[in-house]
Amino acid sequence: MMAGKTAAWLMLLILPAGFAGVWRLQRKVNVERDALYQEQDEVLVRSPKLMKLVTMEYSTLAAEIYWTRAVQYYGSRHLEQETNLESLWPLLDVATTLDPNLLPAYRFGALFLSEPEPRGAGRPDLAVQLLERGLEANPDCWRLDQDLGNVYYLELKDYKRAGEAYLEGSKKPGTQSWMKIMAARFLEKGNSRETAAILWTELFNSSNDAAIKENARVNLELLRADEDIERLNALAEEFAAKTGRPPKSIGELIQSGLLGGVPGDPVGHPYVIGPDGKAAISAKSSLFKEKSVYQRPL
Amino acid sequence: MTAPAIETQNLSKEYPYGFLHLKRKTSLENLTMQVEHGEVFGLLGPNGAGKSTTIKLLMGIIFPTTGSAQILGKPVSDVSMHRDIGYLPEQPYFYDYLTAAEVLDYFARFHGFNAAERKERVQKMLQRVGLETAGKIQLRKFSKGMLQRVGLAQAILHDPKLVILDEPMSGLDPVGRREVRDIILELKNAGKTILFSTHILPDAETLCDRVGVIARGQLRGVGAPGSIVGVKSLGMEIVFELTGSRPQSEPIRAKAAKSGSNYRMNANEAELYEVLAELREAGAKIVSVTQIKPTLEDFFMELVGKDGARAAAIEVTGQ
Amino acid sequence: MSRILIVAQNTFREAVRDRVLYNLVFFALLMIASAVIVGQISMDIETIVMVSLGLSAISLIGLLIAVFTGVGLVSKEIDKRTLHAVLAKPLRRWEFLLGKFTGLVLTLTVNTAAMGAGLFLAMWYVKHSIARGDTVVLVALYFILLKLTLVVALAMMFSCFTSPLLAILFTGGLYVAGLFVAQLRSLQVTQMSPHTQKFFALLSFLLPNFGNYDVMGAATHGRAIPRILVLHNTLYTALYCAIVLSVAAVIFSRKDLK
Repeated sequence: MMAGKTAAWLMLLILPAGFAGVWRLQRKVNVERDALYQEQDEVLVRSPKLMKLVTMEYSTLAAEIYWTRAVQYYGSRHLEQETNLESLWPLLDVATTLDPNLLPAYRFGALFLSEPEPRGAGRPDLAVQLLERGLEANPDCWRLDQDLGNVYYLELKDYKRAGEAYLEGSKKPGTQSWMKIMAARFLEKGNSRETAAILWTELFNSSNDAAIKENARVNLELLRADEDIERLNALAEEFAAKTGRPPKSIGELIQSGLLGGVPGDPVGHPYVIGPDGKAAISAKSSLFKEKSVYQRPL
Repeated sequence: MTAPAIETQNLSKEYPYGFLHLKRKTSLENLTMQVEHGEVFGLLGPNGAGKSTTIKLLMGIIFPTTGSAQILGKPVSDVSMHRDIGYLPEQPYFYDYLTAAEVLDYFARFHGFNAAERKERVQKMLQRVGLETAGKIQLRKFSKGMLQRVGLAQAILHDPKLVILDEPMSGLDPVGRREVRDIILELKNAGKTILFSTHILPDAETLCDRVGVIARGQLRGVGAPGSIVGVKSLGMEIVFELTGSRPQSEPIRAKAAKSGSNYRMNANEAELYEVLAELREAGAKIVSVTQIKPTLEDFFMELVGKDGARAAAIEVTGQ
Repeated sequence: MSRILIVAQNTFREAVRDRVLYNLVFFALLMIASAVIVGQISMDIETIVMVSLGLSAISLIGLLIAVFTGVGLVSKEIDKRTLHAVLAKPLRRWEFLLGKFTGLVLTLTVNTAAMGAGLFLAMWYVKHSIARGDTVVLVALYFILLKLTLVVALAMMFSCFTSPLLAILFTGGLYVAGLFVAQLRSLQVTQMSPHTQKFFALLSFLLPNFGNYDVMGAATHGRAIPRILVLHNTLYTALYCAIVLSVAAVIFSRKDLK
């Protein structure tokens, strides 16, 4: 029998030393594996039909697995600011083929796909395709109409189709009253900052997903910034009319009495006048980076 | 004065049981005993007394709660002395996918014999336990008695100095038991030390130099089988045949007790020859004259009887 | 040392005579054969399908053997009391344990090699050639073997102090947990608080990380696996097994048997 003391000493020595070694090796392995899979995120099988055949009654489970991989894929690429998302579409394609009722896959998938690069895949056409497939399988889901409308409005600038989508959604069970209102706005007013603001606000309020909320919030800030910049540019033109040249800084506008104080952007950083004499978000503002990433000029 | 072959000091074993393991069952209590070199020592006791527990403690299959034990001068935790020990477990069971020869060969390997030696020894052993024709049969086809013999074979295969057998006679028919008895005597004559446990008293009486009686976890007595019970003679018992009808037969037939086709009669030592003369007159044919001694069995029954009802309870519940 | 090998050889012999093992291996070969058929449904991806299905089958069958036989190594001996006679030999308990472990790992090596040969046969049948890129499959097979070795060690450890059923469940559960935690590490987009994330990060280092052995992507696409990774995975497995087996040895050395 191993005496109690021997056993205790053995464990006291082996366990910490062993796990320390394990920890070090694991870190090395992590680095090497990441390098191995850097170039290409592998998708086991890209053929939806084949997967449907192979997984049989476990299709739903397989769909979940594909969907999870899609989220991970998007997450890891997002943080690395990479643009190559060509694997994203097949993952979503297979996931939604295996489980046509996998709503998150349609909703977030459309979001990832439609957003312009580098944040998203920049493929609103695929987003539309995905959402239309989703609507076919889930005809009562008005949220999908909402998402479809957003894609048309924000990326494809097709206000007519956006309005039609929202109108369709407004007729479905469980829908919310602003859907009809928004449909009307899209169809009547087409592009307008106000419409977009309402859209983003609604998305922010209704979503439970942190990523979507963040997305909406930043877009709202950018919208406000655009509004501010428009007004500042109007003041700049006034200045040019008065002095015959464009202003060189915000300070000049204040001196000339056109501005009462230093205006700040939605995150509180002061605006600046660029070399072209037009107002802009300061490069030092955190909103500047967001703007370049979101790239959503209106 | 050399150390005993086996020695224990206050060896005890407790098992926790019950909810949260708070209660304790004592299966062996303060066992202090010695087995000397070259003797055959029998561990006697009813089922559940603690015999197997003792042997398992000696073999390192279970570990003592308190106390210590040494075999051949080394503590039982030192498995290197297993080289010189042979062990037969109770209800032996071996890998049933192996043949008898393969099992013996497997065990032989641990003793460092080379291939040729192993082959020779395995053959010899199979013969000795009466299994020479069954060498190539898989153990899953063996009867209990045959397994017992294989067990015995692996215990003595390496010519150990000390042999420990846990219930070696169990599962054997009378012929088998006789053979085992013979093997034990052979081993004894070869100078080996033997410790075996049994609850079959006649075996202990005939084979053992000394016995230790264990009941309910305690050692109740150690000594030669005869000495335990005292040498008090209760007289002689005469067994005889009585046919024919001489005039002396009738009174004798009336006095004696009939047992089968024979008669029995008791006589104390003083009057023995008188009674024998009487019987001769009557034309009786003497079958046997035996001394009536209290046997180990009587001692045993008294022991168990004292603990009586509780002993019976042990049997039933095993607690 | 040689005593360990005596036990190992006996364990290997037991496995060889166990018909269940043959059935399992046969089943794996069947799956590989069917992968050939499945692969022909989709153009261009025959090899990918075959390699991934084949490796999955080998891994799955190997896992079944590793878990069930691994648990049985010790528990069967205790239950049937075949252990008693063996422990009466000049053999330490930890030597017995190591011998059993070695025997089963040897068995798994032979099985994996046999099934791997079947896979290569299928690949050759489909492609009519074996390219250099296919040597990656060998590495993948080796990694599967490393994985199985670790599973056996875990199974043995659990069987030393719980019932066979619980040991199977714990081992299987730990395998799944090890995979899951490995995935979690790469999951950047999560809803978890930073504390929870740190906790899971810690877990991913403590728990056996079975994700390390997953090179399915590389194997199916013929991408070379760096040798340093092979070395590190081997070391990782050896070290983790050493820890687990030490724990098992300590427990087993103090355990009262029936």
